[in-house]
Amino acid sequence: MARFQGLDFYNIDDLLTEEERAIRDTVRTWVDDNVMPIIEQHARAGTFPTHLPERMGEMGFLGANLQGYGCPGLSNIAYGLICQELERGDSGIRSFASVQGSLVMYPIHAFGTEEQKERWLPALASGKAIGCFGLTEPDHGSNPSGMVTRAEDRGDHYLLNGAKMWITNGTLADVAVVWAKLDGVIRGFLVERGMEGFSAPEMHGKHSLRASVTSELVFDNVKLPKGNLLPGVKGLRGPFSCLNNARYGIAWGAMGSAMACYDAARRYAIEREQFGKPIASYQLVQNKLAWMLREITKGQLLAWRLGRMKDDGTLFHEQVSLAKMNNVDVALQIARVARDVHGANGILDEYPVMRHMANLESVYTYEGTHDIHNLILGRWITGIQAFH
Amino acid sequence: MKIGVCVKVAPDTDTRIKISGDGAGIEESGIKWIVSPYDSFGIEEAVQTQEAQGGEVILFSAGPKDWQTQLRAGGLAVGAERAVIVDDPALAGTDPLGIARVLAAGIASEGCELVFTGKQAIDDDNVQVPAMVAELLGWPHVSFVTDFSTDGSTFTATRNVGGGTQEVVTGSLPVVITAERGLNTPRYAKLPAIMKAKRKKVDVKSLGDLDLSADDITPAVQLTNFSLPPERPAGRKLEGDVDTMVQELVRLLREEAKVI
Ligand SMILES: Cc1cc2nc3c(=O)[nH]c(=O)nc-3n(C[C@H](O)[C@H](O)[C@H](O)COP(=O)(O)OP(=O)(O)OC[C@H]3O[C@@H](n4cnc5c(N)ncnc54)[C@H](O)[C@@H]3O)c2cc1C
Repeated sequence: MARFQGLDFYNIDDLLTEEERAIRDTVRTWVDDNVMPIIEQHARAGTFPTHLPERMGEMGFLGANLQGYGCPGLSNIAYGLICQELERGDSGIRSFASVQGSLVMYPIHAFGTEEQKERWLPALASGKAIGCFGLTEPDHGSNPSGMVTRAEDRGDHYLLNGAKMWITNGTLADVAVVWAKLDGVIRGFLVERGMEGFSAPEMHGKHSLRASVTSELVFDNVKLPKGNLLPGVKGLRGPFSCLNNARYGIAWGAMGSAMACYDAARRYAIEREQFGKPIASYQLVQNKLAWMLREITKGQLLAWRLGRMKDDGTLFHEQVSLAKMNNVDVALQIARVARDVHGANGILDEYPVMRHMANLESVYTYEGTHDIHNLILGRWITGIQAFH
Repeated sequence: MKIGVCVKVAPDTDTRIKISGDGAGIEESGIKWIVSPYDSFGIEEAVQTQEAQGGEVILFSAGPKDWQTQLRAGGLAVGAERAVIVDDPALAGTDPLGIARVLAAGIASEGCELVFTGKQAIDDDNVQVPAMVAELLGWPHVSFVTDFSTDGSTFTATRNVGGGTQEVVTGSLPVVITAERGLNTPRYAKLPAIMKAKRKKVDVKSLGDLDLSADDITPAVQLTNFSLPPERPAGRKLEGDVDTMVQELVRLLREEAKVI
């Protein structure tokens, strides 16, 4: 099959710098070489390609927009482009990078002690260590403030009890950024693999994000050294600032998935003949492709503008919500329509569309469900919160 | 040791070439330009040699200064130190010998002792420039090299001469080496290196800067016309049971294709 060429109907390339374009092209080739040949097998087997983190680290994909401590120090646009290209391969691979960079390295970088930064950031940036982010609990998803995981101050250590669920990279992780209540206030803790009382069993049976590890985290009287508290933040602002970074990357990533599905649908429609002509010659099919082109072009402009605002520091979080919810929503719809255009072939893993479609169901739900972002925007518009 | 690499920028291998309206060239809009892939093998070998022996890798191009975009992404971001682009209006109409004169003058002015380049560029496939550069410099030249090593004063180069036979050439520097597929696997540019390449030096020179004039590169050959290959006829499907199809296939191979 011919190489993926991307889609740039509105010359958005002209809005990127020469280096940003080179970064995008490099990640694209890397994905062609390192992800595409193996991804269907991993998705089928339900395994994450564990040889990739170190390669990703070497390339500078992990914590890409962080500075110092062995981090790549790239722009936010570059980080977005990395997410876009990784997710063109698979949402699970992009999820790995999002969690590692935005949900683990970012809070250590922003809220950690010097010692925590020096210990973890170079190892995480190189992919030699893996991190996970534990916020969601079995009974507290959209409403993390209700979390029951708690830490108690026991003088020379904290005692951690509770459980997290749906944690990407959990079983693989060397370090977990865990959000728990200390005297009723949400705080971040670094829980390390091998600590007594800490286990991270993998969750099985997913129909989505199959090439990604999702786990429970169980804390049964885990004794945490005092130095494992992230001192720099209190309350929900901690986890939310992480999520805001990750959501930003997802707004780009979803366009990668959407482009992969559009590309597959376009090629298939031109090749597949029914009633004596390529199906691409029928107006209904052209309408589907034209709609995909329209939504992708709009989503790309949202992501690009968001990136520039993030780079110049004018971004506010509702803007990220809008791009995350819009771009994932249209990517999911595009994946479904692309599946339809492929007819029966669309359900086979010979084509990437159903994998993207199933993946995007998770992306639609995690990092704030679609409707939670609606509520965030509703509050911005009306000044009235409608969460509870 | 200063190591030179001659680099050409060419349309990406996936490009669908269209002939321009006047038939004198190709339609350049919409083309994605890349470092010609064989030159990437040359760059990688130069960087590996520099990593082992020390020194500096310098890229040389005879072409528009806009090529610096590709030279940065495909060369300076993977370990080359700087680039020299000779951009001069007179280059537009020149031929391989003219290009070779320019590159040789650039290489001589920098005092390189070892030069790598691709065995050919993937656009016009002339396979002429490297040998001409070597001749103009008065250096030996080993072509289509699949394995290379040097200790800084002597070198060993291996070339495939067909039928699985390998030829091993040894000699002393300076030398021009042309890279064949298999010489190495070019590394990816690491993303932070792409950003750093932005600040690396690209000297844009004119012919005059190299003590050359337009007269020195007057072409001996001229391109007069371009045409696309004829459309390939559609494939044919053989029908019937296996025996009939095999018989028909053998007949076609013998009588029409005349290959057996
Ligand atoms: C594959 C995968 C990986 C994940 N990785 C991580 C991770 O690494 N770390 C982590 O902490 N979490 C992770 N999550 C968890 C994810 O963030 C949560 O699933 C998400 O926040 C939603 O929570 P929930 O599943 O409990 O759904 P719920 O909150 O129970 O929501 C169910 C439905 O109710 C709706 N709803 C909820 N509240 C309201 C309301 N007030 N008004 C209107 N509608 C409402 C939601 O929009 C949704 O449609 C992951 C999830 C998946 C699927």
